[in-house]
Amino acid sequence: MKVPFAGAIDCDLHPAMPGAAALLPYLADYWRDQLVNRHIDKYSFVLTSYPPHSPLSARPDWRQPSGAPAGDLDAIRRHALDPFRSRIGICNVLHGAVALFNEDMAAALCAAVNDWTARELLDREPRLRASILVPTHSPALAVDEIERVAADRRFVQVLLFAMGDMLLGRRLYWPIYAAAEKHGLAIAIHAGSTYRHAPTPSGWPAHRVEDYIAQSTAFESQLLSFLAEGVFQKFPALKLVLSESGVTWLPTLLWRTSKTWRGVRPEVPWIDRPPGEIVREHVRLTLQPLDAPDGETLARTLEHIGSDRMLLFSTDYPHWHFDGDDVLPDGLSAAAVRRLLIDNPLDTYPRLRDGAAMSDNGGQKQEAVR
Amino acid sequence: MNVPLRHAAASAGLTIVDCDIHPAYRTPQDLHPFLPARWREHMTTFGEHLRQGLSGQLAWPRMMAAGMRLDSFPEQGPPGSDLKLMQTQHLDPNGVEYGMLMQLSRGGMEERNLDFAAALSGAVNDWQLEAFVKPEPRLRAGIVVPQEDAAFAVSEIERRADDRRFAQILISPRSSDPLGHRRYWPIYEAAQRCDRPIALHVQGFSGGHASTPSGWPTYYLQEHYAATTGMQNTLTSLVFEGVFERFPGLKVVLIEGGFAWAPALAWRMDKHWERMRQEVPHVKRPPSEYVREHCWFTTQPIEEPETPAHLADIIGWIGWDRLMFSTDYPHWDFDDPQHVFKFQPTEEQKQKIFRDNAKALYGLQ
Amino acid sequence: MTRRETRQVVARASDVKPGTARVVTVKGRDIGIFNLDGEFFALANRCPHAGGPLCQGRIVALVQSDGPGHYRLARQQEFLRCPWHGWEFDIRTGQSWCDPNSTRARQFAITVEPGAQLVKGPYVAETFPVSVEEDYLVIDLAG
Repeated sequence: MKVPFAGAIDCDLHPAMPGAAALLPYLADYWRDQLVNRHIDKYSFVLTSYPPHSPLSARPDWRQPSGAPAGDLDAIRRHALDPFRSRIGICNVLHGAVALFNEDMAAALCAAVNDWTARELLDREPRLRASILVPTHSPALAVDEIERVAADRRFVQVLLFAMGDMLLGRRLYWPIYAAAEKHGLAIAIHAGSTYRHAPTPSGWPAHRVEDYIAQSTAFESQLLSFLAEGVFQKFPALKLVLSESGVTWLPTLLWRTSKTWRGVRPEVPWIDRPPGEIVREHVRLTLQPLDAPDGETLARTLEHIGSDRMLLFSTDYPHWHFDGDDVLPDGLSAAAVRRLLIDNPLDTYPRLRDGAAMSDNGGQKQEAVR
Repeated sequence: MNVPLRHAAASAGLTIVDCDIHPAYRTPQDLHPFLPARWREHMTTFGEHLRQGLSGQLAWPRMMAAGMRLDSFPEQGPPGSDLKLMQTQHLDPNGVEYGMLMQLSRGGMEERNLDFAAALSGAVNDWQLEAFVKPEPRLRAGIVVPQEDAAFAVSEIERRADDRRFAQILISPRSSDPLGHRRYWPIYEAAQRCDRPIALHVQGFSGGHASTPSGWPTYYLQEHYAATTGMQNTLTSLVFEGVFERFPGLKVVLIEGGFAWAPALAWRMDKHWERMRQEVPHVKRPPSEYVREHCWFTTQPIEEPETPAHLADIIGWIGWDRLMFSTDYPHWDFDDPQHVFKFQPTEEQKQKIFRDNAKALYGLQ
Repeated sequence: MTRRETRQVVARASDVKPGTARVVTVKGRDIGIFNLDGEFFALANRCPHAGGPLCQGRIVALVQSDGPGHYRLARQQEFLRCPWHGWEFDIRTGQSWCDPNSTRARQFAITVEPGAQLVKGPYVAETFPVSVEEDYLVIDLAG
């Protein structure tokens, strides 16, 4: 089904990554020196999770003539924004700096990517918003980056990855959530791995498709980590967005966690109400990919989830999850579509409700979204 | 002694096949009669060599009674070690017509020393027969084999193949490589040849990897859940490595790993198989078809959605002929057959889940 | 049955020491008698979750928390953990307490009509009123 009216908020799209050369102007002297003299600038920082020529990574009609998965701003307008008449698109730049072990280098490159995003994307296209890329494996440096960028209210969330060093609910990551909550930023966990661990508890699958499928189990583990560690008790204003997760795994997690909680409650006594309630309040999921074979099945699954507040519209451009403009599943009511396209994203991202959003460059004033 | 209320219900004619019962050793020395002297000494001197930080203890302590029902402790020995109590507390009052034994510990599945693992495997298989199956004909053993030593596993399977008191082959889904890996294929070939299902019971001991893709959980609440995500990954591996394509007669039972996740995983596998078929040309059909044809799921620990009828949706999607009732006696998250369904299955659905599906799979009369 | 017949003597008060439970069978029903510091309560020995022998569970305090990493005990020896799945039940009322916020609220709101403000667990264990008459414990099976 096509998007029936204009004004949607696309909560997950992926512009082309800047090449190293494009990042050099945004780096401090030392890092520019290191990248050039160590030939690091010859690398493109592509994540293993998204091999550029894999069918999942890009729909054929969204590929660039060069074969690159995504294109420049013109391509984003032509492919991701205009066909769906989206009013806003949130950019998740999946740059591999996060996979570097050197925390300082990762932090420097993340900052460069964020600055590049602000100048090259946000300044030039008023419909775009972005995530703050951070070196998660150094919570202190991640917080520094959030603090550095947060004043630019076109950044609406902090981007983390579904498979990383440690489960993200753990206390050592809490400074990141404190900073996000303070600045009205959501936390987005996006599909993808830095492969610090095997993707499964029994080791390393042979095929990329298995790794991708395993991402949904990573989301389950991460969400359960947030619940068990009490992140939502500690940060009651925090919203968690699960991006590119598949969605239909959710009811099982709600049921199982609520049931087990009743028997293990004394272990985690800060969980003060059924986990299903906590999830419905704090957690959101982007739409694509949607692991449901038809509208009827999706309708039943949404009933199992028990909330119409949780889904956020997304195209996941340029990843190949649907054909043509048929981004919406069949069978959704008009009210459900409206919630999905506009209301749920607005509820999730307070910064989208700003009357005006200024870059620290004194860039264009943004129209009120409503 | 109190008269258990359930006697009245049991005499109402419910008979079940319980697809997950855990026997236990009365003492650590129970295996000794079945072990060669060299390994008796090894067991005493060195013990098991497992992939965990604590010895004889779990790093996520259970909430009570070592993870057992508090009322399942016999006079002597741990829960599950006293056949008489198992009979009076569970088999008799719950109308158990057949019970599938799942002996998880000291069977070699998790043992790092593969020579010791082989000895343990043979011993535990002998022990199951002597201690439980011979005195209690309702019970069936499982051929416990160390999956990391496929050659030995095949030999042990073949040694037991003619003994129909062994209903299936037990390997660990927390293996060192995903179970679809071809180094495990000789085990599947042997299983197919001797017409026994492969039983994948969730395993508390690591095969060398953290229980989530981002490392280790903090709380038991999480570790308990990790059994279900691991089982999903294992099933994905079996499908995408082409195990079901290569062994069309293979049957797999997924035990205590949950089942409510199965439809969503099947949809997810189908969707991404479509997109990525070029990578896996040996997977000739949609993954959901392989799952439908080759896999069975046990019920415990059953989900309890706020709206009980939602679980009927899930079972409908999986297939009412694919689910088999289990209690997990004597563990704490035990499902009681009188109370397991919070919605009302039809009589036919109940018969299938409580009895007929398991009888068909295991060839029980 | 008349009211006289529904009232059953089940034990001496002194048989049930403070902080302990005793399970008795009364007209075919298993009932657990609890002594909370001299007050007696009775619960059916049947967990409303899945039928487990509730009154054979451990008598515990209520674990509460002000936030992650903080733990405290309240209402010592007033809660029962089902020996099967560990669900917690308030011995005084039979109410399941998988929601500690409402446990706190319930203490303050004890004179208030239960209902709208209180969030309770979905199960209530079957309870029976108990009185002490000449040092005997008498259960009223009529509830």
